[in-house]
Amino acid sequence: MNSREPEGASCGLPHELPEKILLAHGGGGRLMQQLIRGAFSENFHNSYLSTEHDSAVLPAPSGRLAFTTDTYVVKPIFFPGGDIGRLSVFGTVNDLAMSGARPLYLSTGMILEEGFPLESLQRIARSMREAADLCGVQIVTGDTKVVEHGKGDGIFINTAGVGVIEHSLNIQPSSLAEGDAVLLTGDLGRHGIAIMAAREGLEFETTIESDCAPLAAMVLDLLDACVELHCLRDLTRGGLASALNEIAAKASRAIVIEEMQIPVRTEVRGACEMLGLDPLYVANEGRMVAILPAKEASRALEILRRHESGKEAVLIGKVEAKPASRVVLRNAIGVTRYLDLLSGEQMPRIC
Amino acid sequence: MLRYIDEYRDPELALGYAREIAAVTTRHWKIMEACGGQTHSIVKYGIDRLLPTGITLVHGPGCPVCVTPISLIDSAIELAARPEVTFCTFGDMLRVPGSRKDLMTVKAEGGDVRVVYSPLDALRLAENLPHREVVFFAVGFETTAPANAMAAYQARRKKIRNFSLLVSQVLVPPALEAVLSSPLHEINGFLAPGHACTISGYEDYEALARKFRVPLVVTGFEPGDILHGLLMCILQLESGRAEVENQYTRSVQREGNREARAMLAEVFEIAPRVWRGLGKIEASGLRLSAAYSELDAEKRFGLSPESAEEKSACISGLILQGIRKPVECPEFGKGCRPERPLGATMVSSEGACSAYYRYRRLEATDELPRT
Repeated sequence: MNSREPEGASCGLPHELPEKILLAHGGGGRLMQQLIRGAFSENFHNSYLSTEHDSAVLPAPSGRLAFTTDTYVVKPIFFPGGDIGRLSVFGTVNDLAMSGARPLYLSTGMILEEGFPLESLQRIARSMREAADLCGVQIVTGDTKVVEHGKGDGIFINTAGVGVIEHSLNIQPSSLAEGDAVLLTGDLGRHGIAIMAAREGLEFETTIESDCAPLAAMVLDLLDACVELHCLRDLTRGGLASALNEIAAKASRAIVIEEMQIPVRTEVRGACEMLGLDPLYVANEGRMVAILPAKEASRALEILRRHESGKEAVLIGKVEAKPASRVVLRNAIGVTRYLDLLSGEQMPRIC
Repeated sequence: MLRYIDEYRDPELALGYAREIAAVTTRHWKIMEACGGQTHSIVKYGIDRLLPTGITLVHGPGCPVCVTPISLIDSAIELAARPEVTFCTFGDMLRVPGSRKDLMTVKAEGGDVRVVYSPLDALRLAENLPHREVVFFAVGFETTAPANAMAAYQARRKKIRNFSLLVSQVLVPPALEAVLSSPLHEINGFLAPGHACTISGYEDYEALARKFRVPLVVTGFEPGDILHGLLMCILQLESGRAEVENQYTRSVQREGNREARAMLAEVFEIAPRVWRGLGKIEASGLRLSAAYSELDAEKRFGLSPESAEEKSACISGLILQGIRKPVECPEFGKGCRPERPLGATMVSSEGACSAYYRYRRLEATDELPRT
């Protein structure tokens, strides 16, 4: 649907487009059309989108649908291991995957701040396309608004996603059973520390990269192998500790985990030690816990470990009846304590 | 650095010390850990739960956020709200309540408040923002003092005129002396703070050991360190000795860090300080010396800290002296929580109340399974 080939090969935009977003780009006129063609059409093209209709008209899959939405605000928008575009696709795809859905379609709504570099927008759009291709989802509808300079933070992205559920399980906290195994798909804390390091200009000996990754393929493989999944949860803000607390509370069961089993990379450990943060509460963007019957644990681990982002998958604990709604951590020196929710954000400490 | 940490988290090492402590303890002993980092470690790892019933740990005044007086927090808030000021602080000072609000609120109201990770970052900011007055909130014990001194030293050398420090720098030994001088105290021995002693050395602690006849063991922060320090302290108590011993030998030397001490002597001088919860203690802190007084934010902005009253329900003064435990406070977890703290011991991650809230809050209502 590109009516005109881009002339500047490096930026891929028609010449008359300015290099920064203007308020007029959101005005619905010719500039907006040029923006859509210059920045988006090249990256997002499929039969649903190319109708350029007010809504995408999609075939209805049989079975149950999963539907979710999330809004992405991250600073900096480009960080080691990813960017806001990648995050906005993986994040929503991962939310769909947590109910065991096969992700199908995404919408994207962008709020751009006047003055935002077009080159960055193109980079983000390209990154979204690559991420969508990797997950096998299509971006079928979208919207763009421009706000005045100073009223936004460069770019905010909302994505919503639809997926189809092709199994009959109820993958949710209420399915937890006593004795279930709790699996974790990899090491903790890399996204949060990567963002904090990039945002605050902290220099560590090695660059810590975000773990930002899609989880749907792993989940679908588990389902294809008929693993009886009881609950899945991706570990985003608040980290492992918050996710397990939410599950335990919703399920009215206890989750007991072994601190020694939880993988944390040396460089993340080092950064956390320095800043006074606990990696169990630091954000991730490519990690999940899978809770399933103990007899399925070793088979599930084997399947998870076939995937790049599941290579370090490990059994970290189990579900018990009591103390209901609590997470209990057994630490390295054999002492147990409750792993509580945090009141707010973790604050880097003084010394 | 991490090799050391892993080594001192070794469960066998820690449990070995715990067994030894149980074997040598014949009486009741009350031991205070002086540093907030040690308090945090003890509560987080449950180190107190590995000890025989005769050993009681009490938490000392060693959290820099907690002991910063409320009047100085009010000064910080006043400065941060000024339109020409960019106010730089470590993250955990943001939520410390002043008498009316906190720095986080000032930020939300439009004040230019920035979290930095080093005073040198604040200095760099001053160089990059020549039309702003950049103020750094220099809070802390001996541990933060050398970097803060370095920032002042460089600001003076580079003639950076839009940089100043709001100083609340305190010293550990005078605070321990104040605790020991209180008629209410029942403390038999101390774990002295390993990181502060890395800078200052421990000659001042030897004077305390002689004057008050108490053992002090300079101790690290990992479970293995703390249990080892406790064992050394208990062995002294059991044999009637009162000396300074050094558990944290991989970091601390008797004379401390000479370069850091020289930098402190260049920039700061000993001064009386008001401690939140303990009151005014003579010669218990540092202020910028005469040669550096132009970098003193209180002088530059004509601040005269008014004495501000603590919220009456807060017992942080008793907590910081080890006289009460956080869970003994009627407001703990009720009127006072990290999201709405009545006092500073609930704010900082190194504050005793905050550590108990984070790691032990649920135990008040639910019995913890011991596996």
